This record gives sequence, structure tokens and C-alpha cells, in this order.
Amino acid sequence: MLRLEPRTSASPLVEAITPVGAVIATMVAGGCLFALLGKNPFEAIHMIFVAPLLDPYSRSEMLIKATPLVLIALGLSFGFRAGVWNIGAEGQYVMGGLAGSAVALAFWNVEGAWLLPLMVLAGMAGGCLWAMIPAVLKVRFNANEILVSLMLVYVAGLFLSAMVSGPLKDPQGFNFPQSRLFHDSARLPVLLEGSRVHVGVLVALAAVVLAQVLLHRHMFGFNVRLLGQAPRAAAFSGVNANRLTVICLALSGSLAGLAGIFEVAGPIGQLQPSLPVGYGFTAIIVAFLGRLSPIGILLAGLVMALTYIGGETAQFALGIPKAAISVFQGMLLFFLLAADLLTRYRIARIRRGVV
Amino acid sequence: MDLSAIDPITLFVGLVSAATPLLFAAIGELVVEKSGVLNLGVEGMMIIGAVCGFAAATTAGSSAVGFVAGAAGGAALALLFGVMTQYFLTNQVATGLALTLFGLGLAALIGQPFTGIKPPPFHGLDIPVLSDLPVLGRMFFRYDIVLYLGVGLIALVWVFLNRTRTGLILRAVGENHDAAHSLGYPVVKIRLAAIAFGGACAGVGGSYLSLVRVPQWTEGMTAGTGWIALAIVVFAAWKPWRILLGAWLFGGVTILQLNLQASGFLSWLQSLGIPMQAQYLSMTPYLVTILVLVVISADRTRAALNAPGCLGRSFTQSG
Repeated sequence: MLRLEPRTSASPLVEAITPVGAVIATMVAGGCLFALLGKNPFEAIHMIFVAPLLDPYSRSEMLIKATPLVLIALGLSFGFRAGVWNIGAEGQYVMGGLAGSAVALAFWNVEGAWLLPLMVLAGMAGGCLWAMIPAVLKVRFNANEILVSLMLVYVAGLFLSAMVSGPLKDPQGFNFPQSRLFHDSARLPVLLEGSRVHVGVLVALAAVVLAQVLLHRHMFGFNVRLLGQAPRAAAFSGVNANRLTVICLALSGSLAGLAGIFEVAGPIGQLQPSLPVGYGFTAIIVAFLGRLSPIGILLAGLVMALTYIGGETAQFALGIPKAAISVFQGMLLFFLLAADLLTRYRIARIRRGVV
Repeated sequence: MDLSAIDPITLFVGLVSAATPLLFAAIGELVVEKSGVLNLGVEGMMIIGAVCGFAAATTAGSSAVGFVAGAAGGAALALLFGVMTQYFLTNQVATGLALTLFGLGLAALIGQPFTGIKPPPFHGLDIPVLSDLPVLGRMFFRYDIVLYLGVGLIALVWVFLNRTRTGLILRAVGENHDAAHSLGYPVVKIRLAAIAFGGACAGVGGSYLSLVRVPQWTEGMTAGTGWIALAIVVFAAWKPWRILLGAWLFGGVTILQLNLQASGFLSWLQSLGIPMQAQYLSMTPYLVTILVLVVISADRTRAALNAPGCLGRSFTQSG
């Protein structure tokens, strides 16, 4: 017989290995899924996980996809550590993109180096304010932040749709529900010639470093970890849980808003109703895959971006349905959570007769 | 605007029908939460129920087969959650989220060949005499059988939780799993059964959407219904009868805003110089959910009094 024994201290080796194991398990289970769909599993897995790494253009696209995922996941990780479940990042991402775009469109015929920073600030403010709704309702009225933030995702999507078919619609756009194309000073500068890699990639990297410092070298990071692991101890040591809840939501909202405006001002270049593509939800998986640590999130964001890019290629080349990729990502989260068992417990053998 | 086009009886009939998917999902989740488990994957189980029900009903040509398949699909997905949280002791919030993400993807995958076809028709009952009553007949006696089963299920759950020994044990497991365990009750098995029941209910609710309400299969068709069902459980303060009230309230909001959109309310506002888009009306069910959550949760002592003591906590056998 085998039984579970709680670990007295975390094993760093197991903590590092389990996400890798989860990715491998997902590859195997995904291969079975593709075989069920009548596709060659080896070809599909190769196309999703290996082929994009060999092609320079796919590599640059990977960075573009990873940027919003890493930014959002970094913000979420603080809340998840503290037990604040913001799962409405998708809505904050939309509101950030919307607020930043509104600035860009308000100064549509004005050129200036100040425009982009202003848009970025507006984007962060948009995401932050949207996250303040669940924060205030949680702190003031005890309303569940999971449900409130999630409801606001639908509201944000509808609001975006109302805006692009109303006030922010392109006046010369033949009534299509989308905004004018941003002009050059409202677009993120491109870093690499011939690709779409924009400055946002660098910002995401800087955010990883900042988050690492905040989490391990600052009182805030310590309090977040304390509140999550021992709420009573946190209360006795004078941690204000309400204040921390608000800060965590503000942080994740701002970063999601930043990701939103980067997406609009970077790869897209105009406001479209198709802005929400689920980054806010995928970022939840990224945060867990990265073990809620900034460096881990960076790696996890790249892996997840890889599945997006590879998944798109597989969609066209092998006719694998788009939905198969989200099944894939869902499976990854399952394997990850299951593997977590091994980090908290060890498997011990029970000898017969000695109970 | 032609408000007279909105007939109160039609509105009521629409409300009761729109409430049914919510009602099933919410009563199932109530039992799950009463056993001390928080399954946030209702949305995922509903959409799997919707697609399984639709696929089975169109293949077999029978709605009844569809509902059974929907329940089975929802229960199967729920058991995945059950195994994860009860045996692998995963965080219930994270696992519920994973269940929703996975369910949405899997449903889209299964549903691909079924887009754009119509399910077999599912008619309302024709009860002799009662269905032919003026007004009352239309309001109460012409629905389909599944809708009546939903209302009946609420009564059954009430009886089960409050008047049977098994129901009492289930509640004990939810209130204090350590105490229940030391009395010899199989905590994990009881929770697994509750989780499977919740999944089956969510599955039936999803099937009702794809087979009766809409009726067709579209990707992401649940559009937050599962999450609203979770909010209804909080609204109901874990009391079965209040689920009915909550579901009808949200059904009413949905139907009212749909009817307002159809009645030319928006062009009437436009003529008054208030331009308003249909999207703002579509937001109302979500906004009402938030409002209701705030009102119910604001009274902290009462909310805490009714919530099961061990809600969301993992059970490990110690020693």
C-alpha cells in the first residue's frame, strides 16, 4: 500500500520538475487526442512544440504572444499567492486596451512623442479602475471577487462592442465596427526589422525583474506570501488584509490593462471587437505553470506562446481544430495541479501490519 | 416604442423557461457546496452538457436521449474535478477554473460537426383540461416535462437535505469533515457523489439551453450562465427554495431585456435624443448578478451563518 505523507519542507527539485513533467504529460495526452481526431500525433506534437522554434519569424511571433501572457500572469500571481482570486483579467485587459485607444483616437491628428506614454498610462488606469470594482465590492461589501470580476469580463466585452460600433467607430469605415487605424506616433516602436516585435517585450522583461524584487526583497511581497500561507499569523503581525486585497487587484488590473494597450498599439494597430482572445484566461494557466514565481512565469509564458503559434500552424497544415489547442491548455493546467500533490506530499510505503 | 407588444403572460412563460438552465445548474451546485466542496467549473460542465446533449439528441433523434447524455457528460467532467480535488487534493478554486477552461475547449471540439443543424423538436405537455384553461393554462400547464422536473428537483433536494438521514450526513460532512470522519462517515465518497450529482444537474441545464432554449449548438453558448448559477447559490443562502426565486429573478431580467430590445425601446430612446446601444441592455443580467451578490454578501454575519463550514477546504485523513 502507498499513502501520502505531508512534506515538512518543500523540495526545490520536485518544485522545478513538476511543471516540466506536466508539459510532457500534456504532450502525451495531447498526442492521444490528436490520434483520436485521426491526425498523426508525432507530426502534430512536433509542429506545435518544435517547429516554431526553428523558424525565425515564428520565434519573433512567440515573443509577441508571450508579452501579454507574462504581463497579466505576473499581476495575477501576487493575488493568487495572497488568496485573492482575480479571474477577470480578460475584462481588465479589454478595458485597458479601450482606455488607451480612446486617448489615441482623441489625439488622432496630433503627432508627438508624449502620446504613447499617455496612452500607456490611460491603459493601465483603465485596467486598474476596472479591477477596483471587485476590489471595493470585496472589501466594502464582502462580495466574492471571483464572481464579480468574471461578470465584468462579459460587461467589458459588450462595452467594447458598443464603443467600436458607436463613439469610437471609424467615420470613414463603411460602418464596420472598428476604430480608425492608429497613426505612427500612437504605435509601439518595432524592435527588430522585418518582424512585429515591439517595445512591449522589453517592458514585460523589466516587469519580471521588478516583480522578482517586489516578491523577495520587499515587505509587500513578504506580506503577500504570509497572508496566503498563514492568514492568522498575518493578522497578528499587523498585515491589513483588505489593503493587500486592493493592492493585489490594482496591480493585476494595471498589468492586464498594460497588456491590453500594448496589444492594440502593437500588433493590431486599431481597436477591434475581436480584441479579447482569451489571454486573460490563459494567463491563469501561465501563472500556475510558472509556480507563481516571476522567472517561472516568464518561461511558462514562452511555452504557452509556443502552443499558440504552433497550434495555429497545426490548424492550417493538419486541419486540427482551433478548439483542440484550448483543450490542450486546459489539460496542462489539470496535470499541473495534479502534479502539485508531489510538492506538498511525499508518497510513502505502508508496511503491512504496522498501522 | 410599443410596450403593449410585451404581453405579461408571454413574459412570464419566457421567464420560467429562461430560468430552467440556471435552476438545474444552481440546485446541483447547492448540493455540492452543502457537502463542503466549491466547484467553480459549473460553466464548463454546463457547456459539456450542452454539447453532449445536442450531439446525442441529433444523432439518436430523441431529446430524451439528449438529456440523459447531457447529464452523463456533465457528471463525467465533474468526476474529473472530484478525483482531482478529493484524491489529488488540488486547490478547489484553481481546479474549478481548469475545469471551465478545459470544458469550453472540449465542447468546442466535440461540437464542431454539429454547428448549424437543428435538434429534434421538444414539445410542451398537453394536459387534458388544465392546459386548455384560459390564462392559467398558458402560464402553468404547457411547459415541457424537463421544466417541471426542475421544479420538482428543488422540492426533492429540500426533502433530501432536511428530512433524510443521508441528507443530514451530507450536511455534516460539509459543516465539519473532521467530525464526520471521526463518526465513521466516508467523507470522500459522499463528496464524490455530491460532485457527480452537481455535474449531472449542470449537464441537464446545459442540454436545456442547446435543445430547448436556443435551440442549436454554438461555441461558448452558455455565455456565463454557469457563473450566474454560482452567484444564485450565494443569493439563495444555500436554501433550495430560494434557488427557485433566484433563477426566476435572473430569468426575468434576461427575458425583460430581450423583450425591450425587440420592442423598439432603443429607437424610442434615440427619438428622445438618448442614443443607447443594444449592448447596454445585454449587460443587465451580469450587472444584476453583481448587484445581487453585493446586497446578499453585505450582511456578513448572515452570509457566514449559512455557508457550510468546510466550504472549499480539502480533506486529508490524518494519522
